[in-house]
Amino acid sequence: MSGPARAPAGTLNGRAAIPRATSTARLLPVGAGSSWADHLARLGPLPAAVTDAPGHLAQVLHASGLMGRGGAGFPTGRKVSSVAAAVLRSRTPAVVLANCCEGDPTSLKDRVLIERSPQLVIDGALHAAAAVDADRVVLAVHEHAPAKAQLLAALADRPDPGCEVTVVGVPSRYVASEATALVRYLNTGDARPAGKMVPIWETGVNGRPTLVDNAETLAQLALIARFGPAWFGSVGTVAEPGTSLVTIGGAVPRAGVVEVAHGTPLRAVLARAGAVPAGWALIGGLAGRWVELPAFAEIGYSTGELAAAGGTRGVGSIIVLPPGGCVLTETVRILRFHANAGARQCGPCMFGLPAIAADMAALAGGDRGALDRLRRRLPVIDGRGACGHPDGAVAVAASALSVLTGRDSAHLRQHRRARGCQPPPSVVPLGAAELSPRSLSTGVRS
Amino acid sequence: MDTQILWYASRATGAVSLVLFTAVMVLGIATAGRLGFAGFPRAAVLRLHRTLTLTAVAFIAVHIVTAIGDGYVDLNYWDVLVPFGAGFDPLWIGLGAVAIDLLIAIGITSALRRHLSVAVWRVVHFSAYAMWPLALLHGFGNSGGDGHRPWMVALDVACVTAVLAALAYRLRPDGHPDTMARRTALAVHPVQNSGAGR
Amino acid sequence: MKTIARKGVVLRVDPIACRAHGLCAEELPEAIGLDEWGYPILPSGPLPREFLRRARAAAAACPVLALRLQAQARR
Repeated sequence: MSGPARAPAGTLNGRAAIPRATSTARLLPVGAGSSWADHLARLGPLPAAVTDAPGHLAQVLHASGLMGRGGAGFPTGRKVSSVAAAVLRSRTPAVVLANCCEGDPTSLKDRVLIERSPQLVIDGALHAAAAVDADRVVLAVHEHAPAKAQLLAALADRPDPGCEVTVVGVPSRYVASEATALVRYLNTGDARPAGKMVPIWETGVNGRPTLVDNAETLAQLALIARFGPAWFGSVGTVAEPGTSLVTIGGAVPRAGVVEVAHGTPLRAVLARAGAVPAGWALIGGLAGRWVELPAFAEIGYSTGELAAAGGTRGVGSIIVLPPGGCVLTETVRILRFHANAGARQCGPCMFGLPAIAADMAALAGGDRGALDRLRRRLPVIDGRGACGHPDGAVAVAASALSVLTGRDSAHLRQHRRARGCQPPPSVVPLGAAELSPRSLSTGVRS
Repeated sequence: MDTQILWYASRATGAVSLVLFTAVMVLGIATAGRLGFAGFPRAAVLRLHRTLTLTAVAFIAVHIVTAIGDGYVDLNYWDVLVPFGAGFDPLWIGLGAVAIDLLIAIGITSALRRHLSVAVWRVVHFSAYAMWPLALLHGFGNSGGDGHRPWMVALDVACVTAVLAALAYRLRPDGHPDTMARRTALAVHPVQNSGAGR
Repeated sequence: MKTIARKGVVLRVDPIACRAHGLCAEELPEAIGLDEWGYPILPSGPLPREFLRRARAAAAACPVLALRLQAQARR
């Protein structure tokens, strides 16, 4: 999966040429070469961080308009500012935590990024570390993922970074890669979200201000540090400059990861996978939204445009259902995944998610009361956990209901009549974590 | 004041304090055990637990002041807090002093509960399980003689029975859905103590 | 309504600490409800002044100190 042909890497005043401004082949090198030498040849050295002006990196990031690529879309400049301010207040060095886990099974972008540009991710983490006065960088990655070995090899390939950089294997569970869960795992070995009571940008790893950023965010940061906000914004839209990595999967001829400029119409994004905008797709990951692709064909791929049209950028994945694919069947699987994946720490989540999973399954079986139960329960569960996990499950369930009572209501009526449908094999990937319904618990109020 | 009256007052308020603290123990155990009824909800159980504690403290204060004030036995305020140094009955009075020390710790931590970690508050509060038997033994062993009288022994037995009954209720298998759901957490999300790079 | 205090007070619960004892809802049923599994549903905005005393009682009643009052500057 690559963009338009890139300009040859020659030298310009002794430096490697800046990637062509209008090219979207920024994060992923075309052709082979993820070694340190290839990396330097392609992009040149990482400039030294401006350490005597503590707000400098934050300003540059503000100017660039970079937003987090991990799913929350939080402005990276603001996050860096918060950590830098906390460092000044607490007079302890910060910790940079690169989230290389990619817990959402529909998303492959981070593992592709790490396979092909691991040095760029490390560059970003080191640059951020220097800028927020961190003396430690942790690259968090799922314990048995190929990315772990790739990061270790990339680290060994480069000169001494100057600060402590470690690769830490994290349990391969969905909630383990949530930001506060990573911090909690490093502190106590318990890989479950810790909640919003104690903000990690103030008190994180070892009680120190901690900057947690997605691998792709750090890679974008490393490019902005080299080539500047203006270069970054030379593609994309005014509201959302730059590019994003997108995973296209499901029933498409050429599934994989592409780098797209923000604002690219969905039709063109799908075309990179050989697909046409037809049928239903899950956009944004397991906590995403169901969209009818024909209606979304001209929507530009960006957080704002997708959200305005009823979609979401989320973790940057688009899973296309085959013709005849059943949104309801897929949603039942997804909700069961969410119910099993929870940390079992918060009542509304540990009881609410199995309840709505059972309700959605009942709806698929033709139960007429299930719709009312879902409508009653979804707003009750939303927002009442310590992390965003129940919110994501509620969002995808609500999106499915909206589809099934709206554009696809004929299909819901078929489920009622026939107590089901004969869907094609499921395409939404759930990883290895799809467990049997036996492990669900349904709690009853005492 | 007639020291006989003070002496009787001390013994009486001592007995009443024991009954009150027994009720406080039972109500505290009931709160933790989620006990509540239609006409007497759990919040009421907790409020009564706190109210009776204050009442019991008042009675204990009178018990201590009258015991020292009657002058018949060699006690001063220092012995109330520092155990086993009294001129009279050092062991049994000393047990009471330890109980008072624990009571003060429980009282301070409960008053400052909002500012303490839950773990700290809980550890100190659990010392009530030491405080109460010490108070009961203190009452039993005093060589004032009343401790061994049948009515006092019967009262002691009744108090012990009440607390044991409450504990039996509390220690029943916890079938509350929240407890059971949280128990599965460690199986699904095991804590890893080793961790390279942590 | 004349507002003397510039700060509002909101009720917040730590969902990880909450054990569904439900004492908070018994102390302040007008503002705190319980979902079907016994966990508190709190009002989103600042509390009316007349509820403040009982809201403090509700927070004090929580056996695990999961419910707290938080000051929030009114905009």
